[in-house]
Order: sequence, then structure tokens, then C-alpha cells
Amino acid sequence: MLESLLAVGGLMLLRDSVEWEGRSLLKALVKKSALRGEQVHVLGCEVSEEEFREGFDSNINSRLVYHDLFRDPLSWSKPGKALPGGPLEALRALDKRTVSGPATIALDSLSWLLHHLPCPTLCQTLHALSRQDSCPGDTPPGEQVRVLGLLHEELHGPGPLGALSSLAQTEVTLSGMMGQASAQILCRRPRQRPTHQTQWFSILPDFSLELQAEPPLESQPRSDPHTPSVDPTTHLTFNLHLSKKEREAKDSLTLPFQFSSEKQQALLRPGLGQATSHIFYEPDAYDDLDQEDPDDDLDV
Amino acid sequence: MSVQGKLTLLCDAKTDGSFLVHHFLSFYLKANCKVCLVALIQSFSHYNIVGQKLGVSLTAARERGQLVVLEGLKSGVDVFFRPREEPHPLQFLREANAGDLQPLYAFVRDALQPVDSGEAAWRCPVLLVDDLSVLLSLGVGPVAVLDFVHYCRATVCQEWKGNVVCLVHDSGDTEDEESDVLLNGLSHQSHLILRAEGLATGFCKDVHGQLRILWRRPLQPTTHRDRSLTYQYKIQDKSVSFFAKGMSPAVL
Repeated sequence: MLESLLAVGGLMLLRDSVEWEGRSLLKALVKKSALRGEQVHVLGCEVSEEEFREGFDSNINSRLVYHDLFRDPLSWSKPGKALPGGPLEALRALDKRTVSGPATIALDSLSWLLHHLPCPTLCQTLHALSRQDSCPGDTPPGEQVRVLGLLHEELHGPGPLGALSSLAQTEVTLSGMMGQASAQILCRRPRQRPTHQTQWFSILPDFSLELQAEPPLESQPRSDPHTPSVDPTTHLTFNLHLSKKEREAKDSLTLPFQFSSEKQQALLRPGLGQATSHIFYEPDAYDDLDQEDPDDDLDV
Repeated sequence: MSVQGKLTLLCDAKTDGSFLVHHFLSFYLKANCKVCLVALIQSFSHYNIVGQKLGVSLTAARERGQLVVLEGLKSGVDVFFRPREEPHPLQFLREANAGDLQPLYAFVRDALQPVDSGEAAWRCPVLLVDDLSVLLSLGVGPVAVLDFVHYCRATVCQEWKGNVVCLVHDSGDTEDEESDVLLNGLSHQSHLILRAEGLATGFCKDVHGQLRILWRRPLQPTTHRDRSLTYQYKIQDKSVSFFAKGMSPAVL
């Protein structure tokens, strides 16, 4: 289903987090659109043009128009390198640029726009941008405009997130498990029930999308090849190692409580070659040696 | 120096991560970089004393023009005694509604601007901020702080191929929305995140904490596991020793 995401027009939210970033998926979808021959406009607020274009070959880069809101979005530099009119005008200008033909607009990122524009204004502009005021039947599929918005979930409260969510035709939430990324896709079509799907995927270095099967649930203990195994006995103040002689002596030792056949024989033949032990006692001046049995007067 | 044009985020949770600031300060000074230190937490002499233990003299660096310091504690007071026409980097202290940090950005830009002079140029410019969380306490909104870091990134990292290192505190369980927005927003902007955490079991004499290293960008799609490492550490008088988890010499 991830493959067919671009078949539908309207607003698509890519919700990412610090742990599972979404820019590489955004770039993969941009690459797909460009390869289909569409115009792609990118409103870049968070990364430079150089960084966004990195990894794309010249074929894709020639189809990509980058509107730079990264260098000077708030007109702080003199002389100003800002796009005239600030972020809102830059966003509205995209509407006029995509008049003819199918187009994809990538907003990198919606979070930045949400921080700098009032939420209602942003929602109205997005609504106009994704051509939602015209009925889906009027625009032939070939003329549709797709708006891909990267949204960093942790940065916004439930209000703005809910407002954007209600505007979106598709929501892709990125997460993952054990190093494998997954996308939870929620699709809303008019007059149809919303559909959910989870797709595991990975993005190759050239930003093509590779779909994958779900990883097995049992977690395998993995030895990390990057961490060198550390020998805990290297810095000790006492010796834990055995020399060869010591090891031999240790192996040939009979343990006192181990019942071997020799021990059994020795027990069955008492006194044979065994010297009985003697006790030598020198009584002190204060000792009271009474040979009588102290228990004699007991009536037991 | 292979790492250039990067934003490194230093973050601490339930412990003091300032040892990382001192490390990066002495590291970049020894690497012959032009350094701008925005010191909002401690006085200059504090950094100087620690720097001497790590083998650099901040006073000498400042005299030869390698180091520019904004001493927040001292110059914060100047804001109120200067004539209003002169913009001050900490101008926001004077405003009723703390606006944006454009004057602070202007200070950083002027301090690190590459100068075409006859003398030997320094290596890449470096901005060190200690720390960003205090700006929230001073009334600046999280979006304004994020904008300041954005501009520093655009100018110092992107344009001049320098590095930016910022310290921020993780408020942890306390529900501080602004602090969370700042930390998460900075994390999204960063290339490398160094997170110093106190041990879950509490304070220990021999293991002072745990350091998690997370690489976020550039987007070489690699598995999550390859992108993060964890070490435990102990801070000593003149250095910090690192070891794998559970391998402190004191507990073996």
C-alpha cells in the first residue's frame, strides 16, 4: 500500500519522531513523483537545499524546484536573502505555481510552519493548496495535486495535530522495532471507511523504497560487532589465571566429599593401614578431672 | 578535522553534563578553531580554571583573538545601564514580552565572521552555547530559541562549514512542555546527540553516569542499532574515563 500512496491526491501527513525520522521517506516519495514525470516543489524550512538534494541523481534534481526558507526565513540577515513575504506568502505562492499538470508539493516541514503561522491560517492555506474545495470528480486524476507534509509529532499539542489530521487524506506514522522501520498508514477516502495498514520498509541509499516483511517477534541476542569485547580480567589487582602445573594439580585433586570407588573401599576396610589418631592432654592446675559420668543421676 | 558543518546537541538528564561543554571547548581551542562561547551559566574564570586543567588557557586564547566570550552573568546587568539605542545581545532581558533572539544571533555572526586578513586564519568557526535551557527560564519562548539555533545552523554550519555545540537540559518526568518542545525540536535539527544520564539506581562514587551517543544525520539509511552507542563514565580531575556498561574497574 505504501507504493500506491502517491496515486491519491490531497494532503498526506508523514508523522515522525526523534527516534524514527521521516525525511528519508519524504525524499523517497519525492523521488517516486519525479520519476513519474511530475513537477515537484519543495518548500524547505529545516534543511538547506544542498542537504535536501543530496542522494538524488541529476535526473531527479532537474525536476525538483526548491523554495528556500532555510537560509533566512525571518529576514534577520542584511542584505536579506529571504523569500519575499515570509513563510505564508511562500506557501501561497506554491498554489499558483502548480496550476497546470499533476504536481507534488513537499513541505519540509509542517512543524516549522505550524510554529511560525497561526494554526487556522495554515490549515486554510493547506486546504486550498491540496485542491480540496473542488470535488474529487471534477479534477481528472492526472491533474491532481499531492501535498506531502513532514510533521514532528512530539513538538505539537493534540489541538494542532488533530486539526491537521482531519485535513489529511492519508496519514503515515513512522515507528519501528529492533532497527526496522515501519509505517502505519491510515487512508481516508470520501464515502468509504478509513483503512489501516502497517508496512515494514527500508530506504536504500539512493532513496528508493524497499518493502519488507514483518520481522520475527522473538528478539535474538545479537553480539554487537562494533563494541570490542572487553576482557574483565585485565585490570585486576589479583591473579585469576592458572599456570599449566597448577591446572594439572587442580584436575588431579580428589575432592573430600566426592564418593569415588577408592573412598568406598577405604571405608569398607576400617583400620587397615590407617593410624588411629591420638589426643595428648596436659591438665591445668584448675582442671577438675572427674571420671564419673555426669549423666548418672538422671532418671531417664 | 573531518567533522564540519554539524550541530552537536549535548543533553543531560538527572546529572550535570557541563563536563561535555568543557571538553568541547578545550578540544576546539586545541584544534586551532575560532570559538565563540555564549556562557550564560558560569563566569569566564570558571571556564578558565577548568580549561587550565584540560590544558588550554582561555585568557591567552581570548587575547590572541581565537576566543570570543559572551559572559551572560556579567553583561546581563549591562543591558539595563546602556543607552537603549545600542542593541545588546541579551536585549530580550529588557523587553516586556521577550521577543526573538536576533541580537544574540547578530553577536554570534559578528564574532565568527571569517575575516580576510593577512594573518594566519583559524580553522573552522565553532559556536558553543552553555546553555539553552536557561533562556526558557529567562522568558524566551521555545520557538524563539529554536529559531536562534536555526539561524546559527544556517550561518555557522551551512555557510561557513563550522560547528555548533549546544547544551540543553532534559526536564525528565516533570511535565515541562516548553522544555520538551525545545529538546525535541533541537534533537530533530541535530546531527549528533550526546546524552549524559545519571544511573537509574542513583548516585555512585565510581560510575558518575552513562553517555548515550546517537547519530541522526546525514541520512545514510542504516539500522537504528548502528546509530547509537552507550558508555558509562567517571569524571576525574583532569579527564574523563569511559568504559563499556558494567565494566568499571571499581565493580570488577
